[in-house]
Amino acid sequence: MSQRQVLQVFEQYQKARTQFVQMVAELATRPQNIETLQNAGVMSLLRPLLLDVVPTIQQTAALALGRLANYNDDLAEAVVKGDILPQLVYSLAEQNRFYKKAAAFVLRAVAKHSPQLAQAIVDCGALDTLVICLEDFDPGVKESAAWALGYIARHNAELSQAVVDAGAVPLLVLCIQEPEIALKRIAASDLSDISKHSPELAQTVVDAGAIAHLAQMILNPDAKLKRQVLSALSQIAKHSVDLAEMVVEAEIFPVVLTCLKDKDEYVKKNASTLIREIAKHTPELSQLIVNAGGVAAVIDCIGSCKGNIRLPGIMMLGYVAAHSENLAMAVIISKGVPQLSACLSEEPEDHIKAATAWALAQIGRHTPEHARAVAVTNILPVLLSLYMSAESSEDLQVKVLPHDSKARRLFVTSGGLKKVQEIKAEPGSLLQEYINSINNCYPEEIVRYYSPGYSDTLLQRVDSYQPLTN
Amino acid sequence: MASLARLQARSALLGHQYYFRNSVVDAFRKKENEAAGKIQSWFRGCQVRTYIRYLHRVVTVIQKWWRSYLGKKCYQNKIKLAYHDMKMNIYNAMAVRIQKRWRGYKVRKYGFNYYYFKEYLRAISETNDAVREALDDFADMREREEKKADLEREEKKRDYAARKMHYLLSTKQIPGVYNSPFRKEPDPWELRLQKAKPLTHQRPKARKKRPHSLSSWLACTSTRSFPRSHTLPPIDRKQCQGPFRDVSDVLKQRYKPLEPTMRVAEPINSLKEARIEFRRLELSRNVQENMFLPFSSYHKKERYIPSIHLSSKYGPDAYGYHRFRDESPNKWIGGKDFQTILPSFDLFSKYGKSYSKAGQIL
Repeated sequence: MSQRQVLQVFEQYQKARTQFVQMVAELATRPQNIETLQNAGVMSLLRPLLLDVVPTIQQTAALALGRLANYNDDLAEAVVKGDILPQLVYSLAEQNRFYKKAAAFVLRAVAKHSPQLAQAIVDCGALDTLVICLEDFDPGVKESAAWALGYIARHNAELSQAVVDAGAVPLLVLCIQEPEIALKRIAASDLSDISKHSPELAQTVVDAGAIAHLAQMILNPDAKLKRQVLSALSQIAKHSVDLAEMVVEAEIFPVVLTCLKDKDEYVKKNASTLIREIAKHTPELSQLIVNAGGVAAVIDCIGSCKGNIRLPGIMMLGYVAAHSENLAMAVIISKGVPQLSACLSEEPEDHIKAATAWALAQIGRHTPEHARAVAVTNILPVLLSLYMSAESSEDLQVKVLPHDSKARRLFVTSGGLKKVQEIKAEPGSLLQEYINSINNCYPEEIVRYYSPGYSDTLLQRVDSYQPLTN
Repeated sequence: MASLARLQARSALLGHQYYFRNSVVDAFRKKENEAAGKIQSWFRGCQVRTYIRYLHRVVTVIQKWWRSYLGKKCYQNKIKLAYHDMKMNIYNAMAVRIQKRWRGYKVRKYGFNYYYFKEYLRAISETNDAVREALDDFADMREREEKKADLEREEKKRDYAARKMHYLLSTKQIPGVYNSPFRKEPDPWELRLQKAKPLTHQRPKARKKRPHSLSSWLACTSTRSFPRSHTLPPIDRKQCQGPFRDVSDVLKQRYKPLEPTMRVAEPINSLKEARIEFRRLELSRNVQENMFLPFSSYHKKERYIPSIHLSSKYGPDAYGYHRFRDESPNKWIGGKDFQTILPSFDLFSKYGKSYSKAGQIL
């Protein structure tokens, strides 16, 4: 056999390998193929191709592995068990940028499923290499590395701490300043994932000087970037008063209020989450928000959204009103109560209704004046019909009814008293106490009139009554 | 003496008389004694009684005066106490008045200042209105901008379409598609076509020189790796947006001196060079280059058969490495085939040196 023929065999083999790996990568994009691929044992075939001589085959094999691991848990575990990770991590350090992107993609696909898999990735030393990739010049490489780090840090506090210990945070802050929007988004979401677990991690993020850059990026027109930035700021602010104050010092008000008017729903939600996290700590911070006109903006925002998007705004109003009666009065005059009652009547979901009822209770619980303002909107019967929010609404009524005769009249005419009688609660429970105190506000005949079975008792009396003149 | 005699005569009588009178009187004496005693005792009794009466009277007076003194004293105490109480009540009442005023003032001014609060709420509602207005304006402006951008995009698309369809313009001979003779006036597309500049043929885009693979430091630092366009952009272009890093940092990072790893520092044809080196050493050691001839005549007929490796003119066959390429030597630029290189692995190249120091770019 001539040399040519011998070498032809090798050429065919190489072509076959390239074709195989490209086809697998393409098939892996479609979820219906992945089962078949898994049953055919694609993992064990792809593994040696990662060590192939030809760089293209290596990269495509890594890409295919990434797509497979992305799909579900078992495949990701197979990747971990097959000892592929150390090889990936090792070659991540030295190969070209396409390979780095593909390898970072694999790491990210494995890490996203569960904390144990992410821990496995950390254990094989991937963090240092990923941090090195964060310093690469190519923005695509930085983006994939940052994405992988984000997925690792997302699961729990120990993993986030490991990411921080690898020195990722200053590099992420540098990534945020890069001009590419995708990179900024990923870096912002990373910082958000890191700081959400504990105050120490949030402090680390703040110490790296992230707040100033995040605050600047609120003005960026890209919607997804704004989502991530606002989420990062709210995760930082939620832990303690100092952190919330530092976020406020970055002069986000009144700029954040423009985000409440954004077209994108999630930007609005994250902006109201941020305001809520700031407002819930102390009365002074709530005062700051009220003085900046934040309450009106949030109320308008609640009016223009539906469903779960409204929830943080509603809770923010509750927190602000809970701090003191002055703030509750401020919420009332900003026309918060009609909006909240509209919310309560419209929303189908239980937890949103519960939150709205809680917010109304916080507004109304301070003095009779406040309570009257709440009662005037005819919301009490609606409140009554929600058993889930029974506690807070009874609380509200107990405050209102003894003090105000108008409210009492309103209560009766809107059928509220009737409903209260119908509620059967065990004696001795808190509910029963509330019901008793409500019943005490009214004369006995009226209570009896509305109690169920009254018509029956009346008829019984008719039967037992013998007419005198017969 | 007469008298004495007379007395002496009388004395017996006297004596009898004396005795008689005394004894007669004795009978009355007891009675008279008793009577006198009674009278005396009664009198004494009266005396004593008067005295007692007198004493009683006096004692009454004394007691009266003493009691009145005591009573007055008591009364005075009572008066003092009552006066004291009255004074204290007045003080208390005054103090209450003062406290009432003061507390009202304090609460109204410092605790809950109604007018201030009213003012504050009014200011809040004004701020709210202002914020609402500002936000509405902002939303309106954004919508307007978006609409404008949409319109512009539409306009651009239409212009491009007009440029592509410029040949549909009507000429003197033939009225165009949009300029039908049966219409009163030409379609607006006609006017657009008139204004449009025809598209030229697509020039072959000058291939943008790809930046060299960034795995080699020299390529990064050379000017060839930065993208260059044929025409420089105008100077009055908008300033690049974004927070810029410090220039000295960037320059330090970009022009960091080369620290080649072992793999890079070794020449890639180290094997070939080693062979040349070895041969040179051999040459230097050998006195002469000719091979030793066998000195026994038994081998005179035997020809020396050199080994395969030394007698082939192609050198060691690199099995499997470069045979996968097309070999057509007439296409080669240089006269030589590719070299085989065995790169060293750099597992320990970064030993002792770290790539970066926790965020600071070196």
